[in-house]
Amino acid sequence: MMHWCRSWSRRTALSSAIMLLIGPGLVLAAPRAAHAAVRADGAAATGATGSATAQYEAYLRRFGRERIVAGARAANDRINIAAHRQRAIPAFARKYNLPCSACHTVWPQLNNFGQVFRDNGYRLKNERDSPIDQAPGYWPAAARITPQFRVDRSDHQPVDAVPGDPASGQVEKTITQSGFDLSGIDLLMIGTLSKRISFGLIPAAESDGSWHIEAAYVRFNDLMNTTWANLKAGKFELDNMVSEKRELLLSGNGGFYQSYHFVPAGDATTFGIGDNQIGMELSGHSINSYTRYSAGVFSSTDGEVGLPQGRGYDGAVAFSQAFDAGTLGLERIGVFGYRGSRPTTFETLDGEPVPSTGLNTKPFYRAGASGDLFFGNLELLPLWMHAEDDVALATGSFGGAPIPDGAQSPTWNAGLLEAHYYIGHQFVLLGRRESVRMSKQALPDTPSDFGNIDATALGFRYYPIMLSRTGLAIHGEYSWSNTIGTAPLSEIGSGEPPLDPGTSVKSSSIFMALDFAF
Amino acid sequence: MKAQMQSTTLLAAAAAAVVSLGSATSAGAQMAQGAGNAKAGAAAYARYCVGCHGPQGDGRGENAQWIEPKPRDFTEALFKCRSTPTGTLPTDNDLYQAITRGFVMTNMPQWRPLTPATRENLVAYVKTFSSKWHTQSPGTPITIPAETPLTTESILHGRQVFQKMECWKCHGPAGHGDGPAASTLTDSKDQPIHPYNFSTGTRFKCGTTNADLYRIFMTGLDGTPMPSFADQLQPAEAWDLVHFLRTLQPAHSPEAAMWEPYQRAHGSQLPAIGPDTTTSTQ
Repeated sequence: MMHWCRSWSRRTALSSAIMLLIGPGLVLAAPRAAHAAVRADGAAATGATGSATAQYEAYLRRFGRERIVAGARAANDRINIAAHRQRAIPAFARKYNLPCSACHTVWPQLNNFGQVFRDNGYRLKNERDSPIDQAPGYWPAAARITPQFRVDRSDHQPVDAVPGDPASGQVEKTITQSGFDLSGIDLLMIGTLSKRISFGLIPAAESDGSWHIEAAYVRFNDLMNTTWANLKAGKFELDNMVSEKRELLLSGNGGFYQSYHFVPAGDATTFGIGDNQIGMELSGHSINSYTRYSAGVFSSTDGEVGLPQGRGYDGAVAFSQAFDAGTLGLERIGVFGYRGSRPTTFETLDGEPVPSTGLNTKPFYRAGASGDLFFGNLELLPLWMHAEDDVALATGSFGGAPIPDGAQSPTWNAGLLEAHYYIGHQFVLLGRRESVRMSKQALPDTPSDFGNIDATALGFRYYPIMLSRTGLAIHGEYSWSNTIGTAPLSEIGSGEPPLDPGTSVKSSSIFMALDFAF
Repeated sequence: MKAQMQSTTLLAAAAAAVVSLGSATSAGAQMAQGAGNAKAGAAAYARYCVGCHGPQGDGRGENAQWIEPKPRDFTEALFKCRSTPTGTLPTDNDLYQAITRGFVMTNMPQWRPLTPATRENLVAYVKTFSSKWHTQSPGTPITIPAETPLTTESILHGRQVFQKMECWKCHGPAGHGDGPAASTLTDSKDQPIHPYNFSTGTRFKCGTTNADLYRIFMTGLDGTPMPSFADQLQPAEAWDLVHFLRTLQPAHSPEAAMWEPYQRAHGSQLPAIGPDTTTSTQ
């Protein structure tokens, strides 16, 4: 998921950046030409894009940070990763002999008991947390994978007029992809190194077999003998109350939060608040986690290893408070913020960017509020977020290239409301409505609704097996999205914007799966 | 500037209020007798408890075979941690506190993260597994008198009580749970059971405070070999024993702070605890 989202954001951002550097008039007046220019050389910008963009792009390509697509990438890879989730960890159930339902409303979504367990560094604090207190045969590892059948469809997808002949021009078609498929797999290795030190290591394989490190960290718990001070270092998920790692919807259009990965068309900011980041986080909580806080500092790399960009640092904060509402349940509300920066130039050698030498960083931020509200068996997850990217990032003005006349830092708002209705602890009905609205476009000629998104998902999960050792969920879902002038975030179809930037692109997914963890 | 300071003060006060609210909600509340809803508790039981205690409440859940000590059999209505005399049913609050606190060194976690209402409902549902709850009333909680002053003499006397009451036979001379009888102990289900090892931490199975410790040996832990000493110990003696037992724990307690210098200076003169010195210390 993380990998996919990064791929999407960079690919789209850079493609769009190139388009925008050509000039907004050209983009709007001749999108087909712009597309063709991007695709014709597979990566390099046209002469009008300027050397800065080409260098930046080449740099990203060189270090494996971007895959600008010469043609439509196999869509199943993208969807597989989108359907790839984690954070349902039967290893803990085996260690503590507790059923999945002890920590999860339904897995992988945490209930407050699971939240406290997580906040304590995945410890029950029963004097049996240390590995030395476990049987030598215990191995803190679990795995999750999702065999599936899916049907994904997007309209207004540009394709070659004559298949195999890029010179034949492009036409729009509705592209449908369907069949039996497989998600990637996460190996979830999380546990304790000692009584007060926890660790996490999550190697993840995509469905094509390629591996990456999804998370790796060490956490020092209860510093100074208080739950209010815990320090975590490494690569891990931000302290998102509405966690994308634990979401219940899995389909191509519903299996991620649009809000967490959206950047405006043409914006080269490489960041998703749903992406795991590399850095350190100080966090704390009350004994039952009703009150929680976290503050972190992260390298400005969006979780990429190898320090590919500059020496900058991002910061993140989060705070939440829960209230006991009696028979209704626990109500939690919170706020979060992320402030980061990204370089716009690099030192170069023979024209090639030198790693980690990013200069002239430009800022961006995300800030919002979220909730986790219970009304008996109904759980609501509202989220609202405001975002702004610097104009240089938004217009791809790299290498000292001038900012286009009239350009400004774009702002947008994103919001979602997700509902879970629990029928017992083995069946849940799901629904989500999400919208992204541009409030200020970077370029003055851009239509005000360009880039807007509306996405909806409905589904269910039935858990016939929810033991203390394994879990199996039967999953059904239908989701659809509507994006104005841009490719769906899911990249279903050819993964490219429509030929006419004013076009509304509709994308839908039907998803049936056997989701199991052991 | 003044307005800015006021805003800062207000923000700080708001933050403090929120934090204190979080702390307050986590504090150990008391459950009123009969406050729970058994029907609502059934769903919570299926979610949280059935894996160990079993659908029939007989302690034979799917995990029971792997768990040591074994999960409680609710059909017997026999509970370790009570405020009531041995042989009587506990109060609802006793069960509520047990659920909240969990049992250290066992698989029973602290269920404090559940809302108070959920824990109360669980108490009500647990009581449906035995007919005793219909035929008997909970015992009357024992009275815990005010703690006697902590002195070196009280610790020394507590040490003598530890010897006289033969606590060492199970808990060992140093309180490590390795007394000569330890390996022979079984509970009411004939399952092996280990005496508490005081060196493992600061929490007891039935609480953390001195009053909790006092209550443990004045009520006994029903269903285990740990008897009630209510008929053998006077309250002052019981408090002295509490003071001595605290010195066996690794924590920096007031008892340990008082005892350690005395033991360094006079330890060699103290009679050893154990079978060979029983006569000399009485």
